[in-house]
Amino acid sequence: MTVSTDRRTWLQVALASAGALVLSACDRITASPKGVAVLQSAEGLTRRAQRLFIDRRALAREFSHADISSDFRPNGSIDPTDDDYVALKTKGFADYRLVVDGLVDKPLSLSLADLRALPARTQITRHDCVEGWSSIAKWTGARLGPLLDQAKLKSNARYIVFHCGDTLEQTLDGSGQYYESIDLIDAYHPQTILAYAMNDRVLPVPHGAPLRLRVERQLGYKQAKYIMRIEAVDDLKHLGRGNGGFWEDRGYEWYAGI
Amino acid sequence: MAKPTKVLVYRHAAVTRLTHWINVLALTLLLMSGLNIFGAHPALYWGQKAVFAQPWLSITAEMTKGDEMRGVTQLGSAKFDTTGVLGYSGKVGERAPVAFPSWATVPSYRDLADARHWHFFFAWLFVINGLIYWLVGLIGGHIRKDLLPTKTDVAPKNLWHEIVTHARLRFPKGEEARRYNVLQKGTYLGVVLILLPLMVLTGLCMSPGFDAGAHWLVDFFGGRQSARTIHFITAFTIVGFVLLHLFMVVASGAWNNIRSMITGRYAIIPDKTGDHR
Repeated sequence: MTVSTDRRTWLQVALASAGALVLSACDRITASPKGVAVLQSAEGLTRRAQRLFIDRRALAREFSHADISSDFRPNGSIDPTDDDYVALKTKGFADYRLVVDGLVDKPLSLSLADLRALPARTQITRHDCVEGWSSIAKWTGARLGPLLDQAKLKSNARYIVFHCGDTLEQTLDGSGQYYESIDLIDAYHPQTILAYAMNDRVLPVPHGAPLRLRVERQLGYKQAKYIMRIEAVDDLKHLGRGNGGFWEDRGYEWYAGI
Repeated sequence: MAKPTKVLVYRHAAVTRLTHWINVLALTLLLMSGLNIFGAHPALYWGQKAVFAQPWLSITAEMTKGDEMRGVTQLGSAKFDTTGVLGYSGKVGERAPVAFPSWATVPSYRDLADARHWHFFFAWLFVINGLIYWLVGLIGGHIRKDLLPTKTDVAPKNLWHEIVTHARLRFPKGEEARRYNVLQKGTYLGVVLILLPLMVLTGLCMSPGFDAGAHWLVDFFGGRQSARTIHFITAFTIVGFVLLHLFMVVASGAWNNIRSMITGRYAIIPDKTGDHR
């Protein structure tokens, strides 16, 4: 009796220690830059595989009015407290100007009325959060492609960067400012729009008023809200911490198709 | 009577053994990183979208009226206090609100970005390993010869015999033990043909990039949230299979089974009269 109890206790202790050892090894790999680099190598494989097998012009699924979520969850910043943003919001975004600059021949400064006059698109799409949930909404906005054509991209422009009006994390170096970036194929995709309306109403503040990006076929954190400036660049290294976006700087994939 | 002599027979090909152990590694880390990922939004729904007020399953922490934190697992309209394991766990005094306990997740602390790195890395290993298994299994005949049940296998009399002997934990030791019995064949085929591919496909259906190219597959599973739900249920079905598998390995001769999956050699006791039941 004692023998078998002892043996069982011993076995339990051995199993628990072996498990703890494996777990702490995993944590050490996660904490080391080399370990993470190896794990992250899968991201490049995923991106290439998806681009190889899926037509880059393929449209994200569009839904019907009946599918629209009544409980669409706003995430990240939901009411920015940045001074410049608060000043704009107080005046109902009457003074808002979207700046389009960087590697363009013709920099632009557009009011909301200017944006509403651009070629528009309306789509009812599913927003897929990296956390795992989904919500469906109807978005109306200016198509990014024609807007970039108007600004005349220079030939060395490779990425479009969205600078946002919200600080999501208070940092000393200002790297807590939200930003995102996409490549030109996604920028010119027909469903890529700068949305100013959600469910047939003016875009509400929690969802990114006055202007947010909809780059369907990518996860929620790519859908930059409170867009103040669009910059065409040839490289992402000089922005933020160099990974192309607020969440990318915090370990998330730049290619957010998965 | 003389003690029966054991004979070592070659039971598992090298590819089967190698892919088996790579699968053990990949599935373990996929499960543990998956449980961490689940913690980012510990609720499951059916359909395309989440109805946040009505998950069919959720694992959360709740403050009771007495200002005490409890782990609550909600299944449909039923609620269970799962403090210590699900929803709220860790050493007493250091408990944290987390869906699955830290000993079951990779990394051991809640971190969606890192858990995703682990998950996608081992997902690729799992897929490549699975493709090699399938390719070699189809060309080399492992699937047809060793896994597909024969007519004799599925005869009702044989099926009943296998079920009864399994339930009594009586396993063949002689010539019969050279090959898989019909219950093994059916289970292994179900795992490699249905459960494991289902994990990959439902996983892909959660990817918005993949969805754009395969609306039909997402529809087949009933929507992105349904795919996430099926991913979760299938994962735990595989956990159930592994527990049963481990039990059977131990019950039918742990060392003999483990050796056969490492060296390929399995010991049987040949009987002159052959198969007598």
